[in-house]
Amino acid sequence: MAELTVIGSAFTLAFDLAFDSLRGAGTWAAGLGKPRAGSAARVAPGGRGAGTVRFEAVSKTYRSASGTVQALDRISLDIPAGAIFGIIGRSGAGKSSLLRTVNRLEAPSSGRVLVDGEPIDALGTAGLVALRRRIGMIFQHFNLLSAKTVRQNVALPLTVAGLDRAEIERRVEEALRLVGLEDKAEVYPSRLSGGQKQRVGIARALVSDPEILLCDEATSALDPETTLSILSLLRDINRRLGLTIILITHEMSVIREICTDVVVLEAGRIAETGPVWRVFGAPEHPATRALLAPLTRDLPEDVAARLKPHATPGAEAVLRLTYAGRAAPDLSALVAATGGSVRLLQAGVERIQGRTVGRMLIAAGDARTEARLRALGEEVEGIGYVAADD
Amino acid sequence: MSPQMIDRLWQAALDTLLMVGVSAAVAVAAGLPLALFLVTSGPGGILPAPRAKRLVGMVVNGFRAVPFIVLLVALIPFTRLVVGTTIGVWAAVVPLAVSATPFFARIAEVSLREVDPGLIEAAQSIGCRRRHVLVHVLLPEALPGIVAGFTITVVSMIGASAVAGAVGAGGLGDVAIRYGYQRFDTTVMMVVIAILIVLVCLVQFAGDGVVRRLRAR
Repeated sequence: MAELTVIGSAFTLAFDLAFDSLRGAGTWAAGLGKPRAGSAARVAPGGRGAGTVRFEAVSKTYRSASGTVQALDRISLDIPAGAIFGIIGRSGAGKSSLLRTVNRLEAPSSGRVLVDGEPIDALGTAGLVALRRRIGMIFQHFNLLSAKTVRQNVALPLTVAGLDRAEIERRVEEALRLVGLEDKAEVYPSRLSGGQKQRVGIARALVSDPEILLCDEATSALDPETTLSILSLLRDINRRLGLTIILITHEMSVIREICTDVVVLEAGRIAETGPVWRVFGAPEHPATRALLAPLTRDLPEDVAARLKPHATPGAEAVLRLTYAGRAAPDLSALVAATGGSVRLLQAGVERIQGRTVGRMLIAAGDARTEARLRALGEEVEGIGYVAADD
Repeated sequence: MSPQMIDRLWQAALDTLLMVGVSAAVAVAAGLPLALFLVTSGPGGILPAPRAKRLVGMVVNGFRAVPFIVLLVALIPFTRLVVGTTIGVWAAVVPLAVSATPFFARIAEVSLREVDPGLIEAAQSIGCRRRHVLVHVLLPEALPGIVAGFTITVVSMIGASAVAGAVGAGGLGDVAIRYGYQRFDTTVMMVVIAILIVLVCLVQFAGDGVVRRLRAR
């Protein structure tokens, strides 16, 4: 077994070297007139940058037998250091392509990506390897090596970087402690649960002390409870290590749980972007609303059925109050404004990033309630009238 | 059976083991890099080189298409060049190795191709260079399949080595033809068959054992 690996390594090394020299001529020609490798050197070796990412008119076109597909269409976006930035969209919206341009697993067809202000499109092999060591990545299906133990998996980024054994040992221990898997170091990944596998993935991504963590649908293969624990681990890491997290997901609940900012992609373009509370509180694009639909409540069916457009004697006005980042609803002021009977039909109000976001549906006996609430500065909308049921 | 015959059979078994052992080693040494090249050189692979890949693929197919007995004869000039003779055990090793290499390369290629592309991507994302991907991802992840394929290769080489008697290489097949068939010595024939069965079973058993251990983790 050990011998086999050694023989294998010798062959592949020779193979790799031979291939590099074979390709050398072509690479050299293609590299003419372009700055090579060097530009990554502005960040001190082993040092961490702030972790900002800037997309400048990034486009990506795939060519296949069935025609060309425009996966990304002139995306320009700034991701600040220390953010937990969510990229959301339906499948095929281009989320994955966008995320992969950050560590150049995919190269943009046009436009450029800057990490810590440095354009990454001109990096040579050495520069690219150095860049990737500053950017961790975790995956939907974890992508752990089945032939290596947890310890060996987590150690791999450091092993290939050529660190000495004691240093690797120390940092692997630290990373495993961070994700709470110290006792699983000698286990093979096939013996772990999904959540544990993702924790190993996180440890592997963090062991080289990156400044950016990319999460590619990292919780999509996990059950809801495990999803929450992984998300809270990510939030914890973001706070403690101060790294920038860029995550893609198709679930708004993930965005709501941990993100600070979000960009909604639709057919390769930015539908809307902003702080999470604003996109949740006042979604502007139909794509955003569609993605929010599972989390928002519409007019209840029974109310809708009895809704009349005009007031009739003894009817109640149905009012929808919208909260998109204002102060928390003052219930006593609300009741005072109604000047009499008021019933809460439905409410979905939550706090996101310390701001109140959501909607409330009330039925008020007094027809002047709407005007009074508006005077109070409430964002209110009259939906119709229902007969008071008793 | 006479003591001479037993001695002859013993010698023949050793010759077979030598022929198969040496050419199997050559097949791995040459076939594995070949398989790695075939897997990684396709479009979107980690060392894209489509034209070279097509050429190598054609050569591999060419050798795979020629029946071993024909290859044995067709390679005589090459064999003379490599080992200096065209008869005997070493003269058989050359065509055996030449025929087993593309066979093993194709089988190893299948296992290597089944390695999840996501693992390669993950390795690249943590700063692996190409050689790291080969050493840490492709080979270890495909190892159970490669070992299973190696077992198949060795078993089929034991069969092919019997044909090598045609160049006077000796071995069990040669004994079976000369004594069992041409001199109507059914006992020798049966003994050779029994030895071959035992040999193949041992190889298969050992191969399966290794694969099981590799898969158990």
